[in-house]
Amino acid sequence: MSEIVKFTIDGKECQGKKGQLIVDAAADNGVYIPVLCHMRDLIPAGSCRICTTKVNGRYMAACTTPVDEGTVVENDTPELLDIRKAIVEMLFVEGNHFCPSCEKSGNCDLQALGYKYQMMAPRFPYAFERRELEASTPKIFLEKNRCIFCKRCVRVIKDDQGRSVFAFKGRGKTLQINIDKKLAANLSDEMAKKAMDICPVGAILRKEVGFVEPIGTKKYDHKPIGSDLKNIYQ
Amino acid sequence: MKDRILNIVENFEKDPGRMMDILLEVQSEFGCVSHEAVSIIASALNVSEVDVTQTRSFYHFFTCQPVGKYAVYVNNSVVSCMKGMSEVVDEFEKVTGIKFGSKTQDGLISLHYTACIGMSDQEPAALINSVVFTELNREKVRKLVADMRAGKAVQEMFTELGDGINAHPLVKSMVKNNIRKAGPVTLGEYTVGKGLMKALGMDSKAVITEVKDSNLRGRGGAGFPTGMKWDFCSRESGDHYVLCNADEGEPGTFKDRVLLTERAHMLFEGMAIAGYAIGAKEGILYLRNEYAYLKAYMESVLTELRNKNILGKNIHGKGFDFDIRVQYGAGAYVCGEESALIESAEGKRGEPRNRPPFPVQKGYKNKPTIINNVETFCSAVKIIENGSAWYKAIGTPESAGTKLLSISGDCKLPGVYEIVWGMSIKEMLDMVGAENVQAVQVAGPSGICLPPSQFDRKIALEDLPTGGSMIVIGKNRDLLKDVVLNFMEFFADESCGSCVTCRSFNMILKNSIEKIVEGHGIKKNIDEMMAWSEILRKTTRCGLGQTSSNPITTTIKNFKELYDMRVKDVEYQSEFDMSKAVKDSCEVVGRPAIIHE
Ligand SMILES: Cc1cc2nc3c(=O)[nH]c(=O)nc-3n(C[C@H](O)[C@H](O)[C@H](O)COP(=O)(O)O)c2cc1C
Ligand code: SF4
Ligand code: SF4
Repeated sequence: MSEIVKFTIDGKECQGKKGQLIVDAAADNGVYIPVLCHMRDLIPAGSCRICTTKVNGRYMAACTTPVDEGTVVENDTPELLDIRKAIVEMLFVEGNHFCPSCEKSGNCDLQALGYKYQMMAPRFPYAFERRELEASTPKIFLEKNRCIFCKRCVRVIKDDQGRSVFAFKGRGKTLQINIDKKLAANLSDEMAKKAMDICPVGAILRKEVGFVEPIGTKKYDHKPIGSDLKNIYQ
Repeated sequence: MKDRILNIVENFEKDPGRMMDILLEVQSEFGCVSHEAVSIIASALNVSEVDVTQTRSFYHFFTCQPVGKYAVYVNNSVVSCMKGMSEVVDEFEKVTGIKFGSKTQDGLISLHYTACIGMSDQEPAALINSVVFTELNREKVRKLVADMRAGKAVQEMFTELGDGINAHPLVKSMVKNNIRKAGPVTLGEYTVGKGLMKALGMDSKAVITEVKDSNLRGRGGAGFPTGMKWDFCSRESGDHYVLCNADEGEPGTFKDRVLLTERAHMLFEGMAIAGYAIGAKEGILYLRNEYAYLKAYMESVLTELRNKNILGKNIHGKGFDFDIRVQYGAGAYVCGEESALIESAEGKRGEPRNRPPFPVQKGYKNKPTIINNVETFCSAVKIIENGSAWYKAIGTPESAGTKLLSISGDCKLPGVYEIVWGMSIKEMLDMVGAENVQAVQVAGPSGICLPPSQFDRKIALEDLPTGGSMIVIGKNRDLLKDVVLNFMEFFADESCGSCVTCRSFNMILKNSIEKIVEGHGIKKNIDEMMAWSEILRKTTRCGLGQTSSNPITTTIKNFKELYDMRVKDVEYQSEFDMSKAVKDSCEVVGRPAIIHE
């Protein structure tokens, strides 16, 4: 049994296991901290930075910082909310997101956060990045225009020998998500479905089973993101 | 090709952890790491092709297409530009008939840009097939290209050798040390093996205590107390590792280059002392590829130390085993960040890790690891040799000892200076013969741009900390265009791209400053840049993103008038420049442009 520690989020008294990541501990205490790259029980990526909180006065990613006895977390402050909104805006200007034509619309965490933070026009200039659509593998479309580099697919989707099906390519402004054509050729339907499900946006889509879920029945069609805490990591 | 690549993979025992070495050998042998090569490597290592590509595509010196038989990498850092890089570039393009970023049709020569290669005291400089060429000018370029066409070996394209070890038969380089001032510690007197001998006579805990008592703090820039780091690491269980950070990527820094050249023995001895202190048997020197010209010499020093039983088994009969291997990088500034360095040494893309866990808990191969800068290890040798009290008596109360500065830019005597902490910027400028100074860039692009009104500030961890880079910027320079824009281009290129904010903001900030430099900026842009820099600083994983907006924020703070002069006081200004667009398209179709402003 791990040691139980007491900590606070915006003054609310919480309990968690020592060493547990702040995002997870917060969710267990009914407090929503937004995430895009994080998934429970997966090695944290710490890359989307949307969960930036103030931990004992310092800016930290809540998905990579463990709780300890007496940890003081600030989460719902105007400054942090603005930072999060800026990150959402930034992801929209960085990629090319045309929600109305995207199958993931309604199930997309990025879109849902855009609504949550009431994003109107992004404050940043659009990058108009040219990215490819990779459609040459049998089970999956990889729509790179929508990738937000959360690394979920990189961390989760492996073949039966543990080899990565997805990986990053390049760095900085040339960063891309890359799919292994040889391994993807043997991807099971199950894995393909999993890949699509864990992708927080519409970058990984399954072939031949498009638009199965009718609009109006999707995850965020009626309830905003974060209202169902069990749901936030998919 | 296949057999040869399999052979290389075999030589590294089919260990995916040695991916960097495998790719480096393939690149050097075939001039590229082609798709075919990636595929062969992947199946030999039983990893996916995208995993090989992930490493290959991260580093500047790995290419997908073959580079020329002579691959010319011209440094485009700030100091190189100051010293006439544009003429060198122009001449290269003229005589080869190709543009930078391309290759001659016969495959003989390819031209590339590269970030600071650690030669700021002898710019403009370039690497040709890993050999360094310094102080280039039009005439030298013409001769170089003629030599390439004549098929000369790169090592024979220069006659003058540099000073000291640079002239050693195993180095044979034209690089100059430019040691202008030696101090009592790292560039002072040194006898090989004395420090280690003394350490081995002490208890390992006592070695750590000695380093702690000396108040030595990391020389790589962050200034973390070295003894404390060693102490934390020694308390962890399992195998331990000692890593030396010789990535020296901060533009304007070149002091580690000089230590690696003149004090290689001392560095390795320092690593061995650290190994003894924390209980490690293995050390790795992570050396930036730009310094690969020292490769043969480094190996010879290691061999010599093994022969002298300063490295190897049962050192000095004290039952202590320690050996060191050299790991080369392949061109990535971020690999100087300690956890990115570990990832790279493990053969992966140089992406900084999330902390915790810290390297002292889980570092190389997830084992407790200390990483220190070259100068830190060298200082430790003297501390053990002469005692902590001796060391602590040098410097200021908070900054003990000496510091190597790499001083370059607009001054008469660029080079390496071992100063005692506490020197003022004004004293430093007098020392290097700098006049008409507009600003001093302290600690490189990630540091601060200091105006003359602050030249009485002190170089010390408690006032102006620095890893060693000091760039003097004369009054004749266009600070925003020549310096700030160049720095932002550097960061935009070098971000590893993992954090949303670092990946995007550095691009956005670079574009903003470019807009201002080109005269399209408006007042609002200045406030925006400040606000956006603030968000960037608060939301990134590693020090790169936390400091990459400094060129902008410190110049807005210290040189606001330069911005005010350039921006318009209007609500909106289009980024589209009609006149320029017309001019550009007329140029393309070869027609004179008629522009009514
Ligand atoms: C982007 C970035 C680049 C860095 N580059 C270097 C470098 O080239 N050399 C170095 O010694 N430290 C560099 N550092 C600092 C290292 O992360 C680390 O603090 C240092 O190697 C620790 O050694 P020290 O305590 O002896 O200074 C860099 C840090 C960052 C964030
Ligand atoms: S493809 Fe989807 S899951 Fe993979 S990194 Fe991009 S956004 Fe994340
Ligand atoms: S701050 Fe920049 S360089 Fe550092 S991990 Fe994040 S993206 Fe990479």
